[in-house]
Amino acid sequence: MSEKLQTTSLDDVILPIKILDEIETVCKEKKLNSNQKEKLIQIIKKEYMNSSFEPGEAIGIVSAQSISEPATQMTMRTFHFAGSSGIQVTLGLPRLIEIFDAKKEPTTSTMTLYLKKKYNNKTDSERVADTITEKSLRNFVETVSLDLVNKRIRIKFKKIKKSDLKDTVAKLQKKVKDYKISIKENAMALESKEKQLTIKDLQRIKKRLLDLAVTGIQSVKNAIVVKEGDDWVIKTLGSNFLKVQSFEEIDFMRSYTNNVHEVASVLGIEAARMALIKEIKNTMKQQGLDIDVRHIMLVVDTMTFSGEIKPIGRYGVAGMKQSILTRAGFEETIKHLVKASLRQEEDTFNAIFDNVMVNQLVPIGTGMFDLIAKLGEE
Amino acid sequence: MTDVFLDGEFIGLTEKPDEIIKTVKEKRREGQISDQINIAYLQYLDVVRILTDSGRTRRPLIIVENGKPKLTKQHLEKIEQRKMTWSDLIKEGVIEFLDAEEEENAYVALRPENLTEEHTHLELDPTVILGLSTSFLPYPEFDRGDRVNFGSKMMGQSIGVYSLNLPMRIDTKANILVYSQVPIVKTHINEVLKDENHSGGKNVVVAIMSFEGYNMDDAIIMNKSSIERGLFWSYLFRTYEAEKKRYMGGQEDVIGIPEPGIRGYPGEDAYKHLPEDGIVNPETELKEDEVLIGKVSPLRFLGSLDQFITGLENIRETSVKLRHGEGGIVDRIFITESNDGNKLIKVVMRDLKRPEIGDKFASRHGQKGVIGLIIPQEDMPFTEDGTIPDVIFNPHGIPSRMTIGQLLEMLAGKVSALEGKRLSSPAFHPIPESELRKTLEKDGFKNDGKETMYDGQTGKHYSGQIFIGNAFYQKLDHLVSNKIHARSRGPVTLLTKQPTEGKSKKGGLRLGEMEKDCLIAQGAALVLKERFDSDKTKVPICKDCGLVAINDRTKNRKYCPVCGGSKVVDVEMSYAFKLLTDEMKSMLIYPKLIVKEE
Repeated sequence: MSEKLQTTSLDDVILPIKILDEIETVCKEKKLNSNQKEKLIQIIKKEYMNSSFEPGEAIGIVSAQSISEPATQMTMRTFHFAGSSGIQVTLGLPRLIEIFDAKKEPTTSTMTLYLKKKYNNKTDSERVADTITEKSLRNFVETVSLDLVNKRIRIKFKKIKKSDLKDTVAKLQKKVKDYKISIKENAMALESKEKQLTIKDLQRIKKRLLDLAVTGIQSVKNAIVVKEGDDWVIKTLGSNFLKVQSFEEIDFMRSYTNNVHEVASVLGIEAARMALIKEIKNTMKQQGLDIDVRHIMLVVDTMTFSGEIKPIGRYGVAGMKQSILTRAGFEETIKHLVKASLRQEEDTFNAIFDNVMVNQLVPIGTGMFDLIAKLGEE
Repeated sequence: MTDVFLDGEFIGLTEKPDEIIKTVKEKRREGQISDQINIAYLQYLDVVRILTDSGRTRRPLIIVENGKPKLTKQHLEKIEQRKMTWSDLIKEGVIEFLDAEEEENAYVALRPENLTEEHTHLELDPTVILGLSTSFLPYPEFDRGDRVNFGSKMMGQSIGVYSLNLPMRIDTKANILVYSQVPIVKTHINEVLKDENHSGGKNVVVAIMSFEGYNMDDAIIMNKSSIERGLFWSYLFRTYEAEKKRYMGGQEDVIGIPEPGIRGYPGEDAYKHLPEDGIVNPETELKEDEVLIGKVSPLRFLGSLDQFITGLENIRETSVKLRHGEGGIVDRIFITESNDGNKLIKVVMRDLKRPEIGDKFASRHGQKGVIGLIIPQEDMPFTEDGTIPDVIFNPHGIPSRMTIGQLLEMLAGKVSALEGKRLSSPAFHPIPESELRKTLEKDGFKNDGKETMYDGQTGKHYSGQIFIGNAFYQKLDHLVSNKIHARSRGPVTLLTKQPTEGKSKKGGLRLGEMEKDCLIAQGAALVLKERFDSDKTKVPICKDCGLVAINDRTKNRKYCPVCGGSKVVDVEMSYAFKLLTDEMKSMLIYPKLIVKEE
């Protein structure tokens, strides 16, 4: 490194904007004069160069090892906290695998919803939590009876307001268009337009009817309110980030979901990248493991640079590799070889794996450099 | 109405399931029906199940009626006087066997003092929850569960005396401990199984202290003089065999000293131990790869004509040699006949294994370790009365593993040694710590087992008090001398030209995928190349078609057999890659190698 410092003048070093911003804030805070500021920038530039990697460094493998070595320790100690209040989320190695596999639907997706200042209190938060929870018809029903003679389903509701009932029924009517609904006080009767119904059919319809979602956000199965500092936070089981936006009470700017695909579709790929980093970091942190963010960032960047979240593995990053032999050496050997032969593909032996395979010098580290010309020789 | 099932088949309905169960149980206990019938009422299904079929696991329990166990003192006295047996107790309805189904209806008390009116059965003894090898552990209830599990697992690996008819046995591999001892702190199972005949370890004096750092990370330090006195010596017996086989065409193996000139003749020197009959004499000392039984066989895969040619060219050397890395003395020789009526020779080799650095030992509490240092007695620490430990165990092994049983065993072992008698301290009925302490004090020792000890090298006393006691240690069947292995050059596999795998084949140690990654991470490209060139070859490649060409050395000409071109260059690559291209060719993929100019 020192040699590098000697050859590169520090004036040529361009610091990232974020670091420059930070320098600015620090200077304001500490009230530094321009001379001191210049000195600070010089030191930072030196440190910045010191912490950058050198040409030929195998950063990908170093990152992979830096993540996978602590991950081996994770398997042995995965704890579940029984009885503690809150939403049970998948943690530890299973969650880490889930993230890297870019699983479309995480086994336990949760949202963390913050409320706007006006609604940041217990009653409001509980009300919002209640309204966003998806509820099926079953939750509002007291008794259900089958009228076998007239082929009707009678549903008696729990005590609810008449206007609410009308609303509910109207909503219901939209969902079940094949049925005639009649209201009678706080009960309703369903009659199929189709007359040829067996008792078995009727039972089936009844079950489907009771499971129909009536209120709340789709796929939010549970929502609880937790107090975090000054904030009343709603934690949900099940995630639907798009629908949450429409709630006036929820501070969407601060809200979060652990389903990275939803983040990608609602907020875009850069947000998804940040969410991925956050998820990986938190998962490791919960296990008491500390990884440098830059390792995670490298992995996450390769996962997201194409504009969509790609898994690490056969159908994602590893499957996108250029070299045929590298792909064949990873998984599905025959598939890759046959496809390559059909298309008459060429492997240029630029990858590491290929060169290890044919026992040639790998183009990384010391093997990356060669003499181009011998000076002083004709 | 309750359904009644007999062995899973519906036999009827009843309104009074309790009555049925009561009657069946009564009749079983009276001996009117078989004692192997079990009956259970399953409340959640409202079903009575009667089971009489085979294959159910059943266990004995003492029957309890009105809070009183049916087994009385009179019974026990009678059994002691041999007037009564186990089956009498079953016949009398004192003890019955329950299966898994009937157990569901039973309320079993663990100890007699816990009995209440509601109990239906009493456990014979709390110890019955332990399996066979776990029952051998003293003070297991003071150890953490996993340590008890490890302890009983390692008991199975201990070297001892597993059989008494050893001179008559010809096991492929057998380990026998020399002067094996019986644990001085025993359990009930030691008595039941009469383990005087089959013990598997030694009682050693253990000091829990550090020594020069040579016992860190679970290592132990052993007294050299103790070893010289015979501590933990063991014999490894291994049987080699040769059969005089008969082949088609009337040919057969010949046992004797092979003649020079045959295929694979290793030289006269290899047969120096063999007498004329080709079988070594007993008590001959042999080293690795030396011949035990001289034998030659006719060549296999003979063509139709060659079959009848007998000559030295068609005979192959197939002598039985001592395994690579093993030596020993010929112990016994058996000459018999195999099932096919062929002459069969079995030679049993004996090898003395004295403890050395790297051998594995374990106590009965899941505390295993390898020898880290062997030091002479005079350098060992000693106590006030001159006791010198055989084993020094590192104190760091105790707190995290919480094997209090080990400490108690050492305390009990010390008492046992001082009192001169074996103590019995089985699980759940141990000799209490207070009692051990009392006896120690009576014998003039500190009651916590600690003693002032002196450095054997300087004579200065250690500032701390050191816990020292007697414990039962086992030598486990993981001896370094059986495992140590190294290779520089050696045999390679035919298919890939890569080094063979495994100790028995003089194999190399694989530098695997993850190790490869480490070299790349270091950027050590040239080291990586060198490490992976065990199978490098020069392959002539045709520049035109990119396939493997021919190097005809007799004509001193290189040409391509496919396109007939003569632009051929030698390319250095791993043989495994050449093999890959060959295999690709066999599945009709054309792997064209494009060779750049140098």
